[in-house]
Amino acid sequence: MGRRLIVILAAALLYAPVDASAQLTVAAASDLQNVMPTIVQRYEQTTGQKTRVSFGSSGQFFSQIQNGAPFDLFLSADESYVKMLIDSGHAVGSSAVPYASGRLAVWSRSDRGLNLSKGLLGLTDPQVRRIAIANPEHAPYGRAAVDALRKAGIYDQVRSRLVLGENVAQAAQFAQTGNADAAIIALSLTRTPSMLVAGTSVEVPPDAYAIIRQTGVVLTRAPDKERARQFLAFLTSPDIAAILAASGFGSSR
Amino acid sequence: MNTGIDWQAIALSVRLAVVVVLILLAAGVPLAWWLTFHRRRWTFLLDAVVALPLVLPPTVLGFYVLVAMGPSSPLGRAWIALTGHGLAFTFEGLVIASLLYSLPFVVQPIAAAFAQVDRTLLEASATLGASPWRTFTQVTIPIARDGIFAGAVLGFAHTLGEFGVVLMVGGNLPGVTRTISISIYDQVQGLHMDAANQTALLLLAFSLAALAAVYALLHRPWAVAPVA
Repeated sequence: MGRRLIVILAAALLYAPVDASAQLTVAAASDLQNVMPTIVQRYEQTTGQKTRVSFGSSGQFFSQIQNGAPFDLFLSADESYVKMLIDSGHAVGSSAVPYASGRLAVWSRSDRGLNLSKGLLGLTDPQVRRIAIANPEHAPYGRAAVDALRKAGIYDQVRSRLVLGENVAQAAQFAQTGNADAAIIALSLTRTPSMLVAGTSVEVPPDAYAIIRQTGVVLTRAPDKERARQFLAFLTSPDIAAILAASGFGSSR
Repeated sequence: MNTGIDWQAIALSVRLAVVVVLILLAAGVPLAWWLTFHRRRWTFLLDAVVALPLVLPPTVLGFYVLVAMGPSSPLGRAWIALTGHGLAFTFEGLVIASLLYSLPFVVQPIAAAFAQVDRTLLEASATLGASPWRTFTQVTIPIARDGIFAGAVLGFAHTLGEFGVVLMVGGNLPGVTRTISISIYDQVQGLHMDAANQTALLLLAFSLAALAAVYALLHRPWAVAPVA
């Protein structure tokens, strides 16, 4: 009796109707983590289209998509990945559209008592021993952070204090747990409730780093490309642009 | 750093693995002895704790280690008061994380080897007047030698290949916390596939050789009558 029940349950699980093609699946850069649920909710209300979002680092998604990951749409924090996917035939060139730009901010826990009024220059304070940034080798916000430190003329001074997160969200988490004294991260991440509660932030002037152009693209293996294009059109509509702006993103320029 | 095999990362990983295995042998042999020969009614709970890193996702272990090292935990505060800096993003921090992570890989083979030691030999040694210490060092350990070696090799190989925990608490500092698996991950993320391939191949070859050595010890293919 017990065994038969298990067999039936297992069979039910195996045959449960999971019709993936009924959903729009989106691979989204982790800087969208905070705002994406709102956007998806709006989209589902407006169109009735079920949408599923996976968050991760853009570089990780790039490798996965090249190896056949079943996404319809890729929202990348780094437009170079989008260009490479178009070149390799994994993404539809005509669909690529910038939807926002990433803004950079310095964040520190309140209990550190760090004076952020001078922006990046506050990081030269000797009590700042560890500064978390995303890995500049492959993360766009990490690259921007290094640019900005150079521009401020303090890169060589603080270089030995830098610790690298695998992506910008991990850099934020290093500082949030207090293991790093400050972090240079995406402004959008400083707007997440837990970061707002635990610390303070100040934006880095956008002219201090090369633009972090956030670009969306329809992937070649999407079964319904029109549906994916619709989502991109929705993402670039004025309503959503306002939501993105309120969540710490800049205009796509 | 991304144009070939990352020797600095390899050297760091080897140094980490050597330190971790030496500490784990020093602590693991007595622990395995205690788990094997001094079982109490509740020892099974200790067995479970020792085996926990086998089933725990590295992210869980890494997360708790990161929080424990931070200034919001008593341990983290004590360390900061003692040394003036936090444990995360340091070699010492990696050693502590790896000790936890590789513990079962060293202790379990040793405990298994101790359990297979013929008790009558130990009793014979005792009746001949040998102290428990002498019995342990001159009878138990020589008989369990292969298990101890297997534990050391497995602990070494496992620490060398550790990824998730290091990713969570390391901070990717060249020469300090950028271990071989982190270096490979970076090379893949940075699209340096050739370099990643070379380093990965090296790790693959080493891991296979280490496991082959362990299984060879277990089955003794060179003997006249190999253990089946």
